[in-house]
Amino acid sequence: MRRFDTAKLAVAVFIASEAVFFAFLIIAYIYYSGATVTGPNAANSLDPARTLVFTVCLLASSGTMWMAERRLASAQATAFRVWLGATILLGTAFMAGQALEYAGLISRTVVPERNLFAATFFTLTGFHGFHVVCGLVALIALFIMAFVRSFGRSEISGVAAISMYWHFVDAVWIFIFSLIYLTVWL
Amino acid sequence: MSDVPIAPGLIEGTAAHPALQSRRLEWVTTVDHKRIGLMYLFATLIFFVVGGLEALLMRLQLAWPGNTFLSPDAYNQVFTMHGTTMIFLVVVPLLLGLANYFTPLMIGARDMALPRLNAFSFWVFVFGGILLYLSFLSGHAPDAGWFSYTPLSGKAFSTRSGVDYWALSLLGIGAGTIATAINLIVTIVNLRTNGMTFRRLPLFVWMVFVNSFLIIAALPALNASLAMLLIDRQLNAHFFNELGGGDPVLWQHYFWSFGHPEVYIMVLPAFGIISEVVPVFSRKPIFGYGFVAASTVAIALLSLGVWAHHMFVVGLGHPWDYTFGASSLLIAVPTGVKIFNWIATMWGGSIRLTTSMLFALAFLFSFTIGGLTGVTFAAFPLDWQTTDSYYVVAHMHYVLFGGTLFAVMAGIYYWFPKMSGRMLSESWGRLHFWLMFVGFHLTFFVQHILGLDGMPRRVYTYPDRPGWAVMNMISTIGAFVLGLSVVVLLANIAGSLRSGPIAGDNPWNAWTLEWATTSPPPEHNFDLVPPVRGRRPLWDLAHPERSQV
Repeated sequence: MRRFDTAKLAVAVFIASEAVFFAFLIIAYIYYSGATVTGPNAANSLDPARTLVFTVCLLASSGTMWMAERRLASAQATAFRVWLGATILLGTAFMAGQALEYAGLISRTVVPERNLFAATFFTLTGFHGFHVVCGLVALIALFIMAFVRSFGRSEISGVAAISMYWHFVDAVWIFIFSLIYLTVWL
Repeated sequence: MSDVPIAPGLIEGTAAHPALQSRRLEWVTTVDHKRIGLMYLFATLIFFVVGGLEALLMRLQLAWPGNTFLSPDAYNQVFTMHGTTMIFLVVVPLLLGLANYFTPLMIGARDMALPRLNAFSFWVFVFGGILLYLSFLSGHAPDAGWFSYTPLSGKAFSTRSGVDYWALSLLGIGAGTIATAINLIVTIVNLRTNGMTFRRLPLFVWMVFVNSFLIIAALPALNASLAMLLIDRQLNAHFFNELGGGDPVLWQHYFWSFGHPEVYIMVLPAFGIISEVVPVFSRKPIFGYGFVAASTVAIALLSLGVWAHHMFVVGLGHPWDYTFGASSLLIAVPTGVKIFNWIATMWGGSIRLTTSMLFALAFLFSFTIGGLTGVTFAAFPLDWQTTDSYYVVAHMHYVLFGGTLFAVMAGIYYWFPKMSGRMLSESWGRLHFWLMFVGFHLTFFVQHILGLDGMPRRVYTYPDRPGWAVMNMISTIGAFVLGLSVVVLLANIAGSLRSGPIAGDNPWNAWTLEWATTSPPPEHNFDLVPPVRGRRPLWDLAHPERSQV
């Protein structure tokens, strides 16, 4: 009988539940996108160009993660660590960008209680940021493991599972970026 | 090697007489699906007693018109806690506990696929339940009902922290439930023994499998809604606050797009129990195995598209009303298919009226009534008249108590010998059954009439209209009969654990794999998993010459 990799299957099902979770937050953003008449909105409060730079970082991190997996498959331990480290750095850069953006918004008192744009914006991007941080924690754990032990079958499937999650978080950001930032340029 | 000290218990069999202390610790640290399953059952039993006592408080208050036993404020807290407890801390985890114990056994696996995640799910559920009840210590339990409609549950109208406790605890429990669903799906896909194809899967496992997908689709909706509610309450956002441009109806859409699938999450595994119990005690294979499994998939899919039938009085407009009325009528079809499957299974069988089978029959009877009153809500002009009345209370208790809980009781009497190694007393079981059956119908049948006569739910008292006092008194007496039946159940469990007859491996002469191992099963479940060549492996084993393969 055909069997699936346990870690990958579990994460695939987990990703399905996460997709539903984000779908509801995205629908709330769209539902309320016309409701904000006064105060901050995407056009007058966000800087899509700057966020685009950090978006490129996050998308690139998917590529480096893919490279890391390929190096692991061909048993090149050092190259694996380098690509994994690069993934962590790019992910951290993205989070730094989000922190910068949040600090700027909060200093201009663009906070959830201001209006529905602010509430839906912070809820959607905040939960996404939380997921990126969770992914970074997992990647950092892998990075440390990569120095203290050699990777066997179970570690390799763990890497594959975390990688799936990381690509998912990236894919969600593509939706969020298109919905919130790209529409400013339309 | 011999001079290396080995901790007792590390090697199997060396922990013959562990100290009580470490034995307790073993339960806390266990990742064994059977122990986790038993802990689920034990924890839900405690919550069931607590939620039941809350129900009795309500019935005491409603025993006669104008009663002042509970203040309106206390009554609001008690009905909110009763509903939340029974749904999130009793019915769902009770079914997950049974799924935990029996899914690996029924598919011939050693454990769940992710044992540590399993322990995580259980403890998150326990601490979530405790968190909910800590709200009493903060001075005020949640009081906005189990579906916490906005704006009532918003900061402006629920100024105290009860709703925050409610939302946080459900967020935790919801995450744990999703983790269990992931675990069950991976277990059923990956750990089936050789020969256990999806066409031979026991129907209980089929229902648990479909149910897990429903959890994956529905629970995240609850988590997203709870997050938004908490952001409204803690950060003063306006998701559901009309004054800030928000929309309270969005809460209703979001909550019920979780809440209606939740109804089926609470009943599908119960269908699974019935599909195991009825064939064994009718001595016949299930009638229409494929229909039972396929109709479950149909129910799960349809249940994602019926949520707005909870919202007919919102004024969504006729196109919405017709759409959701039609989809809700449609879902009665696959459910009805199952009822016919179970009846046809019994037809011509040599029925053994054990306590388990009695509860299965009570399930068929009561659930059918609950299902039929459910159909009346799909006709939205009727719903406009009966919504928020005791007719709804009667309906949902016929489905959840007369349906799910009776099925769970059938499952408890059926599987208790496997879990404990001892039989439950049949004579106490009969007493328990009749008290529960009579008590249930006494409590809830009159509520149909009260509701049709206009008695509103969730109000702490009622005027002395003709017949209302008598019917409410009957309902209260019934509730206390129900309470007594639970005492009899507890006494039966306590007595049978100590001195019930030894069960043996397969006391019911059943066919699925859990009966192929000892009662209770060893930690590794099976010494040898029997070959699976059909839907009834143990029957095939006993009748090699007549095997249906």
